[in-house]
Amino acid sequence: MKMFPSARSLAIHALLIAAALLVLIPVVWVVAAGFRTQISLLSGAFWFTPVLKNFNEVLFSKTSDFIVNYRNSIVVGTLSTLICLIAATLAAWSLNRMAWPRWFVHVFLGWALVFHMFPPLALASAWFTIMRTVSLDNTLTAVVLAHTVLNLPMALWLMGVFVRDVPVELEEAARLDGATTPVLLWRIVMPIIAPGLAATAILTFVFSWNDFGVALTLTMKQTATVPVAIAKFAQEYEILYTQMAAAAALSILPALVLLIIGQRYIVAGLTQGAVK
Amino acid sequence: MKPTASAAAQIPAVMAKRSAPAGQPTAADFQRGLDERLWRWLTLSPALLLLLALSVLPLVNLFATSFFTVSWSGGHSSFTAAGLNNYRALAGDTLFRAGILNTILFALFAVGGQMLCGFVLALLCTGVTRGRLLYRTIFILPILVPGIVVGAIWKLLLNFDFGLVNQAIALVGIDPLNWLGSANTALASVIFVDIWHWTPFCFLLFLAGLQSLPQDVYEAAKIDGASGWQELTYVTLPMMLPTIMVTFAFRLVLAFKVFDEVYLLTGGGPGTSTQVMSFTLYQRFFREDQTGYGSAMSVAIIFMTCILLSAAFAARGRMGGAK
Repeated sequence: MKMFPSARSLAIHALLIAAALLVLIPVVWVVAAGFRTQISLLSGAFWFTPVLKNFNEVLFSKTSDFIVNYRNSIVVGTLSTLICLIAATLAAWSLNRMAWPRWFVHVFLGWALVFHMFPPLALASAWFTIMRTVSLDNTLTAVVLAHTVLNLPMALWLMGVFVRDVPVELEEAARLDGATTPVLLWRIVMPIIAPGLAATAILTFVFSWNDFGVALTLTMKQTATVPVAIAKFAQEYEILYTQMAAAAALSILPALVLLIIGQRYIVAGLTQGAVK
Repeated sequence: MKPTASAAAQIPAVMAKRSAPAGQPTAADFQRGLDERLWRWLTLSPALLLLLALSVLPLVNLFATSFFTVSWSGGHSSFTAAGLNNYRALAGDTLFRAGILNTILFALFAVGGQMLCGFVLALLCTGVTRGRLLYRTIFILPILVPGIVVGAIWKLLLNFDFGLVNQAIALVGIDPLNWLGSANTALASVIFVDIWHWTPFCFLLFLAGLQSLPQDVYEAAKIDGASGWQELTYVTLPMMLPTIMVTFAFRLVLAFKVFDEVYLLTGGGPGTSTQVMSFTLYQRFFREDQTGYGSAMSVAIIFMTCILLSAAFAARGRMGGAK
């Protein structure tokens, strides 16, 4: 039994640690910049005394809407994830387990795939016009709908993979026992695909939280989401670097929480669609 | 048909059906067909409606609008027929042309770089047992960070005056570079930032792929005396080809949509050096309010994206088939 790692293994660890630092240092440096004064940052000094001024300004200043933006992002992320999951799961089950003609399944999934290739900005222009026509412009509903449909192809794809894992025999047995479709879905299919639902939910929420282009074009001051607010810091006449850093630090909190509690699901979601 | 015990049990449900919502039809045999058809449509309709209302309708709307010149005054729009003028104008739009060219350059170099880095990292990671999970946790982080935050991070790090990158290269005696402000380095900087952002995604897929490869092939290669390099080129790469192709497809589609990082890092400049399709469209449609022309551009971009990506996938399919 080897007590000490070989030279080869040490070299590999050295390279991996270097890569890990390359990932971590930029994030840590920017979070740290959130605790600096603008002068300390601009002077380029390495050491600094941390201050909470930027976080105070970002969260509580009268000119900042960051708390509203944060709430908007949470509302949009939660609602669009919920609708997207329900629609995608039902559709994935329907397309895989109901007697649809094959051409219909192909056309439906094919369109979802083609739609997924469209740059969201190209659609945003049309959404903008349509939302204005139905007086939904500058509302959170518009962003919820846009995010729902943007993430629908991915959710359809993932839930398709998970739904196909449900044994057909189990569904048939439930049918024979007289289970109606809602009972079958709720009592038999749901528990089996629950881990898949969790994975898809986390990814859908993260993608909604991270979206910038669509939120930028469909929102105004009061409906803006977090990424839109962060971009605003960079557009002031004088860029508020440290406040931008503080806002950026606050915006990655949900991602960090999800990474810690749901890493298993994130990995499953990201790799499942590709491997199967 | 003989009424079975289970069908008999359903009779109250049948009778209740008229007053109850359509949520509980029976599973009795004669009802099965109706039940199937009803639920087939009910389960599909949310997704179907969403796609019809928010993907098909917008596309039709864009296509229709692209034949008009739209002028805005006081919140009201007036349409004037423009025939194919909007499409003709596209050809002479230097921003549009720069956008297409830069998007293709960006997509090729960024995706190529990510896949290479991701593959090397994944290979390294399978070489160690201790700490693999910790490495994976760290490497996943950038995937979850919003694109706009990635832009903000690198806007600070690449800053000419106080950025960490210029401070670091000063240590080895290199003069500070204006990474984002010079036309020579701006696109390369944006590509670098995208590689930083998405290498972890490639890494994750490659790691999953590598871990699912059968081990006996490697044992056979070892017995045959294959060197590490031979093992990589004759065993690992061919077996990983499907995963590599899928990763390439995923990333290429996303790379064509690039917007966030460019918006924050360079705003398309300096000049047109980092102008990408989505950003050109944003400028024309939303900043300049050219609704008709912007719609034509959207249609053109959607059309071109689909053609380019389909061509890439067709080539991929042929390559995959030849192996």
